[in-house]
Amino acid sequence: MARGRQLIAYLQAAPLMVVLLAFLVAPIGMIVVVSFWGATEFSIYPAFQFDNYAFLFGSPVTYKVFLATFKYAIITWVFTLAIGFTVAYFLAFHVRSQTMQIALFLLCTIPFWTSNIIRMISWIPFLGRNGIANQTLISWGVIDAPLDWLLYSDFAVILAFVHLYTLFMVVPIFNTMMRIDRSLIEAAYDNGATGLQTLWHVIVPLTKPGIMIGTIFVVTLVMGDFITVRFMSGSQKANVGRLISNDISLLQYPSAAATAVVLLCTVLIVIGVLLRFVNIRKEL
Amino acid sequence: MDRRPRSFYVLSGFFGLFLLFLYGPTLTIGILSFQGETGGLTFPMRGTSLNWFRELFEQQAVGDIWGSFRRSLALGLMVMVTTVVVSVSAGLAFRKRFAGSAVLFYLAITSLVIPSILVSLGVGLIFNQLGFKIHWATSGFGSQLTWTLPFGLLIMFAVFNRFDKSFEEAARDQGASAVQTLRHVVLPIIAPSLIGVALFGFTLSYDEFARTLLTAGSYNTLPLEIFGMTTNVTTPVIYALGTFTTLFSLGIIGAFLIIVWAMGKRRSRGGSDAGKAM
Repeated sequence: MARGRQLIAYLQAAPLMVVLLAFLVAPIGMIVVVSFWGATEFSIYPAFQFDNYAFLFGSPVTYKVFLATFKYAIITWVFTLAIGFTVAYFLAFHVRSQTMQIALFLLCTIPFWTSNIIRMISWIPFLGRNGIANQTLISWGVIDAPLDWLLYSDFAVILAFVHLYTLFMVVPIFNTMMRIDRSLIEAAYDNGATGLQTLWHVIVPLTKPGIMIGTIFVVTLVMGDFITVRFMSGSQKANVGRLISNDISLLQYPSAAATAVVLLCTVLIVIGVLLRFVNIRKEL
Repeated sequence: MDRRPRSFYVLSGFFGLFLLFLYGPTLTIGILSFQGETGGLTFPMRGTSLNWFRELFEQQAVGDIWGSFRRSLALGLMVMVTTVVVSVSAGLAFRKRFAGSAVLFYLAITSLVIPSILVSLGVGLIFNQLGFKIHWATSGFGSQLTWTLPFGLLIMFAVFNRFDKSFEEAARDQGASAVQTLRHVVLPIIAPSLIGVALFGFTLSYDEFARTLLTAGSYNTLPLEIFGMTTNVTTPVIYALGTFTTLFSLGIIGAFLIIVWAMGKRRSRGGSDAGKAM
């Protein structure tokens, strides 16, 4: 009986296993292999050489680009966390009826269902030289000439990241907050804690798993992104994802693969560190 | 009703600004897609017209919008069905705690957090080296599954964690076989959540860009087509396309929500219909 159940479980898990082996594990293996290959201008050839890595680690561009990647990740994380926590807190603790809670929550998730690229394009009429932001500021008399750094800059990149990914913070944080036993908060008030004390000593610690899951999402999405950075910076800024996609467009696959391996290791280390703070299996 | 604290009003204001931030840009391009015939990519509006929508439906000088739309639709449906079937199957497997389940779980999580471009690059390389043809329905399909299946699996975990096992035990006590229990008890109970999984599967696939970039082959999906347009189209026709696909996505969600609502209504009217087929 027990063996039969195990067999059925394996059969049921097999499709997922097959897809992940074929389209996740094998491709990563392939990238690792190709990262040691060589390339001519027109083709790639099997080899076992460290040239790609030597070039990667020997170039000052690499360090600059990795630094930029971390910079984007950290700044975006700070903003998405601050906004996501506040929004989730409002929904979970200040909105009283459950119907209203769900309605407002759905309202937050709707933009998530439309194309990321469309959401990026939609910043252009806002931030451009003759965009809404500049014209409004001029008509208010705040500035005399249009600000050039609104579009095609680090500012635009981070703004787009926050716009695209804040939801990935709101959802898990809201989810954990909804599970907090309300009597704990009553108890804190009864014992004379102020609102801020309750927030800091009761709610924040209990919300930590949600914060961690949101952090993992945001950090990995930002670190692997190449399209937002290219688009919103007008190709003037770079992160690791763009380094890879540039190599790909030049058909330099081994070099792209080597960069991809380094990016993968970096992301896995970051996640490994974050996972020390939370047991995700327990949170599902 | 007791008085709201001041923080409520501050936070409400913050929430309002957040919604404005989320919706503002999309609404702006929605308005700009009705730009007059001589209008450009930014305000001011030079009259209003349906010109750019008309161009979207008529002239095919730039790319193949409708071909890519059909492909995205077909791919989205393929991914949707596969995601539902595979996630439910895997969700059932995880309830039984098989040896190696932890490995599979962490593999799924890795699949979720790994940078998309790595999947794209790796799958593209493998197909090339093995001499397979890169095509949206093969390599593109598989790459998208690495993104939709983990989401589906996580939803299934949430569903089964809240699942009341006594329904199954009751069915078994009455002599139902494992297959009968699954077919007539478990699946009807989890059906509304499966609609959620289907919705996730479809829309994630319909909007997926990075994982499809190097795996779609010579025929673009819609997001790839839109991306191509961003580099060479300088008229509001791109806004018209944006408005169109946004409305299409919202229509799909609306349809799914109506199905869920109708199912809930049917259920509350007649109790659960689980077992009626027996």
